[in-house]
Amino acid sequence: MNTKEALLNYILRLGDDALIIGHRLSEWCSRGPILEEDLALTNLSLDYIGRAQALLKYAAELKGNNYTEDDIAYRRPESLYYNHLIVETPNKDFAHTMVRQLFVSAFEFQFFDALQKSKDPQLAAISAKTLKEVKYHLAHATDWVIRLGDGSPESHDRMQKAVNQLWMFTGELFEMTEVDFQLLKEGITIDLVPIQIQWQELVADVLNKATLHQPTTSYMQSGGLHGKHTEHMGHILSEMQYLQRAYPDAKW
Amino acid sequence: MSNDNQFELWEVFIQSKSGQPYVHAGSVHASDSAMAMQNARDTYTRRGAATSIWIAPSNCFKASNPENNDMLFEPANDKIYRHPTFYNMPEGATHI
Repeated sequence: MNTKEALLNYILRLGDDALIIGHRLSEWCSRGPILEEDLALTNLSLDYIGRAQALLKYAAELKGNNYTEDDIAYRRPESLYYNHLIVETPNKDFAHTMVRQLFVSAFEFQFFDALQKSKDPQLAAISAKTLKEVKYHLAHATDWVIRLGDGSPESHDRMQKAVNQLWMFTGELFEMTEVDFQLLKEGITIDLVPIQIQWQELVADVLNKATLHQPTTSYMQSGGLHGKHTEHMGHILSEMQYLQRAYPDAKW
Repeated sequence: MSNDNQFELWEVFIQSKSGQPYVHAGSVHASDSAMAMQNARDTYTRRGAATSIWIAPSNCFKASNPENNDMLFEPANDKIYRHPTFYNMPEGATHI
């Protein structure tokens, strides 16, 4: 794999993470617990879709041949998506969505902070812009996890269930493939080992404040970085890609 | 918590530019000031044009009674001399 191919795969991973969790959050539209939170969740979703657009546009440039970000977002089969599995997990209830957001945003906060120093100028610029958004996502998710974890018996119970169910998807966030190691040598990507340590500290602190227990199980799911997804991914894509598949090149 | 099960009501004031007055934007529901601040940000600043937010519980506000409008506001209507429009401006003074 040459550098360009490795970079393309890496950019797709970042873009797909943003696209898929952005789609998941958009599913909350009109279903939020209160109007204000409905807006907050769709704001979050739009931040992610904006990030996906920037990254997939960059991926399209690397691909060449007049590819566009829309082709990349809407015309790939499931096995060519490289997002982490956690972003495709179903929203279920508000507890699941907020715990997922905490786990993902805590990762992204450390990750994009470090990636700002990437030797790839476009990746560095996207990271700097993204970091500002992620800071708010993390603050918002942290706030809710603490409120609900340390809330009523029912909210505590739902939050603990969400933490227990989502925990096995957190290990994959720090998985490094040959693409990571290749780009790391060139200063384009970052080492995820220190990121994992920072993530563990941050998440442990929030869970502690929320009176939630951190699961002790060490079994972790993975596969997303190699295009192997959960059973939920196909359903997301069939909904997301419907229009482009049914009416190719449809325009507003 | 109020009867509608949507938390307490808060009033939101947005400053669009540093130095400009805060303008009432609307209200939000929230269980405390921290949540009210986030909800105000998400509800009223999502299309940009904000540099600062003030929030306060709605029940802290006292409104004038419309029944008292003749007493409170009408006496001012025929006193145009209270407007500073009777001065001759010095030529070239642009910031008065």
